[in-house]
Amino acid sequence: MRQDLTQTIDRIMSAYPGAGRDALIPILQDTQEDIGYLPREAVVLIGDKLHLPVSKIFGVATFYNQFRFEPKGRFHIQVCRGTACHVKGSLKVLERIKRELGIESGRTTRDGLFSLEIVACIGACALAPVMSINGEVHGRLTTDDVVRLIKDCRKAAETGEAR
Amino acid sequence: MISITVNGRAVEAEEGESILQAVRRAGISIPTLCYIDGLPPTGACRMCVVELEGDGRLVPSCSFPVAPGMKILTHSPSAISARKTIVELLLANHPDDCLYCARNGSCELQGYALELGVRQRRYSGSRNDWKMDQSSPAIVRDPDKCILCGKCVRVCEEIQGVACIDFIGRGSKAHIGTAFDEGLNVSSCINCGQCIKVCPTGALTEKSSIQKVMDALNDPTKTVVVQHAPSISVTIAEEFGMKPGIDAADVMTAALRRMGFDRVFDTSFSADLTIMEEASELVQRITKGGKLPMMTSCSPGWIKFVEQFYPQLLGNLSTCKSPQQMLGAVIKHYWAQREGIDPRNVFSVSIMPCTAKKFEAGRPEMLHDGIPDIDAVLTTRELAQVIKTFGLDLASMSGEPADTPFGDRSSAGKLFGASGGVMEAAVRTAHYLITGKELDLPRINAIRGLDGIKEASVNVAGTEVKVAVVSGLGNARKLLDQIVAGRNDLHFIEIMTCPGGCISGGGQPVHTDPEVLKARMQALYNIDKDATMRTSHSNPSIQRIYKEFLGEPGGHLSHELLHTHYAERDVLR
Repeated sequence: MRQDLTQTIDRIMSAYPGAGRDALIPILQDTQEDIGYLPREAVVLIGDKLHLPVSKIFGVATFYNQFRFEPKGRFHIQVCRGTACHVKGSLKVLERIKRELGIESGRTTRDGLFSLEIVACIGACALAPVMSINGEVHGRLTTDDVVRLIKDCRKAAETGEAR
Repeated sequence: MISITVNGRAVEAEEGESILQAVRRAGISIPTLCYIDGLPPTGACRMCVVELEGDGRLVPSCSFPVAPGMKILTHSPSAISARKTIVELLLANHPDDCLYCARNGSCELQGYALELGVRQRRYSGSRNDWKMDQSSPAIVRDPDKCILCGKCVRVCEEIQGVACIDFIGRGSKAHIGTAFDEGLNVSSCINCGQCIKVCPTGALTEKSSIQKVMDALNDPTKTVVVQHAPSISVTIAEEFGMKPGIDAADVMTAALRRMGFDRVFDTSFSADLTIMEEASELVQRITKGGKLPMMTSCSPGWIKFVEQFYPQLLGNLSTCKSPQQMLGAVIKHYWAQREGIDPRNVFSVSIMPCTAKKFEAGRPEMLHDGIPDIDAVLTTRELAQVIKTFGLDLASMSGEPADTPFGDRSSAGKLFGASGGVMEAAVRTAHYLITGKELDLPRINAIRGLDGIKEASVNVAGTEVKVAVVSGLGNARKLLDQIVAGRNDLHFIEIMTCPGGCISGGGQPVHTDPEVLKARMQALYNIDKDATMRTSHSNPSIQRIYKEFLGEPGGHLSHELLHTHYAERDVLR
C-alpha cells in the first residue's frame, strides 16, 4: 500500500515540476480524484515533497468542503446548500440526513455504506432543495423523502442490487 | 522622517512604518489582539483601527502605512465604538468563566472588556463546544476560549520553525489544532510554551503541577526539596507588582521555606556542574577528534526539535543532561544517601521558566533505578500563584540564603538564564581546563544581548575556538541548514529554544515587551558583574562533589547520572 501510494503521489506530482506551496490545492484535488479521498499517508508524502508542515496541509484541506479524509461510501450523498436550496429548506434536509446516518459532513458511516458531502450549488435550482446520490439528482425534497431514499439505498445494498 | 498629526499633535514617523508603530513610539496606546511585535501584521482582529481625520474612514493601524500630512484620531468615538463592538462580538460565544480561568487577571480580552466598559452581553451566539486537549505533559489547549487571533500559529511557525498547529475548518467551525486534529502529545509540538505567552486569553495554559506539589508538602513521609532555575529570581518579582529586572533570589528562598519545602537549592549550582561536564566534553571532542560542532543540551524544547527535524545532528548534541535533571539526579543519588533518606521518599520539585521542562522531567531516559530525577515542575507563573496561596508577599519579606550543599553557585551558572550565558560560562571553564589559566576578560560581549544569532571567536592557547549562540528555533534552523549544507568552521554552539533564552521562556510572566526582556537580561549581567566567584570550576561546592562523589568530570558516575542519550522521533512534521 505504502509503495503504491508513493508511486501514485510521485505520478501526480510529476505534473507539477518545481511545485511550491502554490500548487498545493491542485495536487490535493488530483490526489483525491485518483484515490477517492486524501489518505493520511498521502498528506504526509505531499508535505515532505512540498516542504510544507502537515498541519498546514490539513488546515488548507479542511478549509474546503471538497476534500475528504475517509474513503467515499458505497452511496455518496451530496446535499446542495446553495442559496435557492437554502431558501427552500435544505438545512432541514441536511440535518435529517445527518441524523439518519449519524455522521457529519465529510465523513463516512462505519459500515462504509454512506458518505456525506455539502456542495455549494449543483445547478438544479428549479428543483430546490436537491441532493444527489452517486450523481443521481433528487429534487423538491422533503425530510420524508430523505428517509425513504436512504431506506431504499440500504435495501439495495442488502439485496446486492446496483444503483 | 515624515510628520503626521495624531489627535491634533504632531508626531514624527519613519517612512514605510505602520501607523501603530509611529503612534506607540509617541506613547499612545492602541489595543491589539493579533499583532506580534517584529512580525508582519495580519490585520485579523481589527482592534487597532484608527480614524483618518477628514474622511472618517477606520483603518487598521497595524498594517496601514504612514503618509506625510496624515491626520489620525486614535480614540475618536467611532474608533472606540468599533473596538467595543469587536470585544462584544468576541464575547458572544466566549465561555465567560473568568473566575475559573488561569488567565484571570492577566487576560488581554478581559482587560479590553474592562477598558472599553463592556457591561452586558450585547450579542449572544451559540457557545463553542470543543474538546479540551490535555494530552500534552506541558501545555493545555482549551479551544472554547480561543478567539482565533492566530498568534500561537504564527509564533509556532515563524518564530520557532515548528508549525505543529494551524487553523482547521472555516467559518463558525474554524478552530486551532494539530495535523489531523490529534492531541498535542503526538504532534511535532516541542512544548516550548511560546504560544502560551502570546495567547491573549486562557485558551493556552501550562499543565499545572500545583496540586501534586501541595500534596507532597502535606505528606509527612516525604522530604520535599526544591530547586529554582537561574532566570526565576529575576522574573518572579514581576508577578508581585515590582518592576522588571529585580533579583529576588533571597526572598524567594525565604518564601519557599515558609511554604514548607525542606531544602531550597539553586539550579545555578547544577548549571556549574553542567559546565564542568560540558566543557570537559568539548575539550575531549576538540582534542580527541569527536563530532563537532558540539551543541548544548540544556533546553528541552530544542532537544525534541533536533530529534524530530534534524536527527542527522543528534551526534552533535552534548550528552549532558540539563541542569534541572543533573541536580535532580544528585539530590536523589548523592544528597539523599548522605542524609540517610530513602530516595523514594524524596519529592524533588523544580521551579522552571519553561513548560518543556515538564516534558523533560517525564522522559523515560530520566529515570534511574525506576526513580525519576524530578517529581514535579512548576513554572514561574505557577510558583507565583502558590506563593500567593500561602499569603506571602515577596515585597515585604527578608531574604535568606539557599541550603547547602547545592546552594552555592558561581555567577557563570546564573548566566544560564540569558541567551549566550551557557557559552560564556563554558568558555571561561574550557579556557581554564586547557590552559590552566583564567580568561583575562571573563565577559564576552559578542555573545551577549537579544540578537537571534551571535557568533564569536575565542583564542584559547593559540587556537581560535569559534562559537555561535542562537535563540529561537526559527533562527536555529538557519544555522543548522548551513551546517547540514557543509559549514564546518564552528566548534561549539549554544542553542536556546526561546528568543532571548530562559528569561523569555514559556513559563515566565506573560510579557512580550522587549524592554522587559532587556531588564531581565541586565539583572543577570549585573549579578555576574558584581560577583567574586565568576567561574563554575572555582565553585567550592562543585569541587567538593567531584572529590566526595563523582570523581572526574566525564567519569563513570557522571556518565551514569549526569549524561543521557537521544533518539530520532517519528512525528508528523
